[in-house]
Amino acid sequence: MTENDEKTALILLGCPQVPVQTSMALYLVHGLRQQGIRPVIAGTQAARKLMEVADPDRHYVLEMTDLDAAIDEITGKQRDFDLCFVFIHNDSGVAYAGTVAYISKARVYALLFGEHAEELAGEIEFPCEVVAAKAVHNPMPLKRKLDKVMQWAVSKR
Amino acid sequence: MGCLEALKPQVILSQSSFKEAREYIKKNVREYHEVEPGYKIHDVHIIGVPPLYVGVEGEHLIFPYTKPCHGTFVVKVAGGEDIARLRARKK
Repeated sequence: MTENDEKTALILLGCPQVPVQTSMALYLVHGLRQQGIRPVIAGTQAARKLMEVADPDRHYVLEMTDLDAAIDEITGKQRDFDLCFVFIHNDSGVAYAGTVAYISKARVYALLFGEHAEELAGEIEFPCEVVAAKAVHNPMPLKRKLDKVMQWAVSKR
Repeated sequence: MGCLEALKPQVILSQSSFKEAREYIKKNVREYHEVEPGYKIHDVHIIGVPPLYVGVEGEHLIFPYTKPCHGTFVVKVAGGEDIARLRARKK
């Protein structure tokens, strides 16, 4: 939701403890940009640093912001997004996704990964699209599921 | 705990789930109020899935504080004007 009607997507990164998060976030950002959707990444400092280091020339990453600053802007009605992708591998991730689902008008996608992806998916009791795969080091199970959900993957086949 | 650190919080429950934090407040704090996700206390947003509760105990507020890497804590801080603001909310 920008002034020139460019679609925007918020990507919420949780604790970067599970390796697939950064790789999948870059892949997602790439796909969104190919669709003409402007991605804004919000995350912990460590999660953002991993993105910065992985994409030093900013081929994929555009705007990045602090997790709490993003929540603050949405609750303060200063900003909102068309889409929101929340990376979840622990209980805190579910809590953040539930918060965004409540405060934002964005269509929310809960991307669950890690050892306990399926169990965590069972904890989701709010409106959102759930994409869950037991992916820890290898991003492919989550990538395949995300590809099924996202239009750009369909249009490229 | 970032800006919460400055409030010198007393940590009542550590590294729990947001549901455990919710249940703790409901069971152990006599006066509690339901708030919406994103509700702000001092400079901290309450994160979680409804229902979320903020407790009042004397001059203190007791609420869940979620950290992305370490789960949810139940913390107790001086309430100040936030207590009146909380009590004045529509039920």
